[in-house]
Amino acid sequence: MDLLISHFNYFISICLMMVGLYAMMAKMNLVKKLIGMNIFQWSIILFFVSTGAKHGATIPIVEAGHSHHGAEVILQASHYVNPLPHVLMLTAIVVGVATTGVALALLLRIYRTYHTLEEDEILQKMR
Amino acid sequence: MNTDQSQLPILIVVIPLLFSLITPVVGWWKRQWCCPLVITALALSLISSVGVAYRVVVDGPVSYYLGGWEPPWGIEYRIDHLSALMTLVLTFISLLAAIYSKRSIERELPEREPSFYCVFLLLITGLLGIVVTGDMFNLYVFLEIASLAAYALIAIGEKGAAFSAFRYVIVGTIGACFYLLGVGYLYIVTGSLNMADLSQILPQLHHSRVVLVAFGFLLIGIAMKMALFPLHIWLPDSYTYAPSAVSALVAPLMTKVGAYVMIRIMFSIFGPVFSIEIVPTTTLLTSVAAIAILVGCIMALAQVDLKRMLSYILVAEVGYIALGVGLANRNGLTGAILHIVNDAFMMACLFFAVGAVVYKTGTRNIYQLKYLHRRMPFTMGALVVAGLSVIGIPPLCGFFSKWYLILGAIDGQQWPFVVVLLASSLLSAILFFRVIDNAYFDHIHARNGDLHHESVISPPERMEIDEAPLSMLVPTLVAALGIVVLGVSSMKIISTMIQHAVPVSF
Repeated sequence: MDLLISHFNYFISICLMMVGLYAMMAKMNLVKKLIGMNIFQWSIILFFVSTGAKHGATIPIVEAGHSHHGAEVILQASHYVNPLPHVLMLTAIVVGVATTGVALALLLRIYRTYHTLEEDEILQKMR
Repeated sequence: MNTDQSQLPILIVVIPLLFSLITPVVGWWKRQWCCPLVITALALSLISSVGVAYRVVVDGPVSYYLGGWEPPWGIEYRIDHLSALMTLVLTFISLLAAIYSKRSIERELPEREPSFYCVFLLLITGLLGIVVTGDMFNLYVFLEIASLAAYALIAIGEKGAAFSAFRYVIVGTIGACFYLLGVGYLYIVTGSLNMADLSQILPQLHHSRVVLVAFGFLLIGIAMKMALFPLHIWLPDSYTYAPSAVSALVAPLMTKVGAYVMIRIMFSIFGPVFSIEIVPTTTLLTSVAAIAILVGCIMALAQVDLKRMLSYILVAEVGYIALGVGLANRNGLTGAILHIVNDAFMMACLFFAVGAVVYKTGTRNIYQLKYLHRRMPFTMGALVVAGLSVIGIPPLCGFFSKWYLILGAIDGQQWPFVVVLLASSLLSAILFFRVIDNAYFDHIHARNGDLHHESVISPPERMEIDEAPLSMLVPTLVAALGIVVLGVSSMKIISTMIQHAVPVSF
């Protein structure tokens, strides 16, 4: 139980991931597959973002540079959340949006060819 | 940052990237300039990679710090012998593919060259980026650039292409997400994304469960991207329906880059100790690869569509590379790396030749190739050379990589894999002789069912030579020549490049 509470962010992202994976594998509708893919991607993004968080930490903007006293302020890394995973995820979000865009364009093409987005019907028409 | 630091490593990637942005603009103004522009970009990129490769051979690995930020904080481009070899292969094959694409794209995608070439160059940018980068997350970004471009390029093919491309999107995204998750796990335990830095930190964490899981995610993600056997389902459809110029670019390069990343992860980042002794990856990888080889060859036998047959052969070829990686000894890994290079040329040549056949005859059916050697002697010649190389006939390059793979299997006392390798050679012999037989001969019984006179009838008296256009023929012949040259100079490639890429402990 302790493990569940202390690592709840990991469990949530794993649950989301499995929801996405299930949708991608089991759903016949291609749009639902795409939504599953998105859930899958965002679960990983949430996972990354949550790893940067720390208890009692603040946004990583260092004010020491503006100190009037000129004295050197010793920075404690534990006072600031880790910004790197967030920055990485900024890129990953862009990648995710681009993937979704490409996939939607493909769905449009598929719909224009087969007039349906159900996988089983498309497979029947492809024969 | 040193002031005398050469800018060549970054130019390899930046030139195609910049030109891919310029191409649509220029193409909007003058469409016929697109293809020359792409060829220029790739030629410049090839020159830079030759320059870098020369420096790597002379002085050892080259590092380039983006924006002057030193690793492990900044992104580092690190080109060692393996990357240098890969950049050479990538730029050379993509240059050939660009020259080749001109006529076939004019036919298959009239009026849309600018956007095609934009995505075409983006794909090459992504592939080159994967190979030169020394940063795990940067690799993910380039992997996705390459994959997204590949989805788009495959989708513009014939009917059915969009659906197979969508499947590729789903599988490819799962692969990329697994890779990203693996990177995340590694970052949690090490706090680093730089490959060289990671390889320093990881040995102390070898028994951490997080590292173990990260390794699993990274490998499975990459196996999806390189279409290793049970995860290959997206490949045959996508590569069959894609336009010929696209499959001629994607098929030789995409899977090879995946194989490169796998070698990087296993031997550069985690190190041989981890991936051989602590985790039984090698056992798993070799058995999966052996099945991949056999299934690929047998499935290829069942196909009548030339391109689909080649796609299944590609699955088998990926199996060869994975087998060499999994054997994890000096000869096996040498064979795997050599096979990455050789197979890029063989697949390029095969797909070029088949694309030219489709361009001229409009058919991909093996049984409709009759007397093609009369109409297209040079294309068929190139096809035969590449086919013989896949089978593994000595002066051609396919022989040498198979030779090293078999030596590796013998060194590792893995006799079943020796049998698999030899059996697959026989299977590829059947595969290609079926094509050659149908293209060069016409058995009389096939015509009227008369078995008494089963002999090769004399072909029609005169048949005009009707070759593919020169801009398609030249790349095909260059690739065929490349197969011969690579075969003859295998020892040279191994002694200058590959032996430095194999981990020292082997």
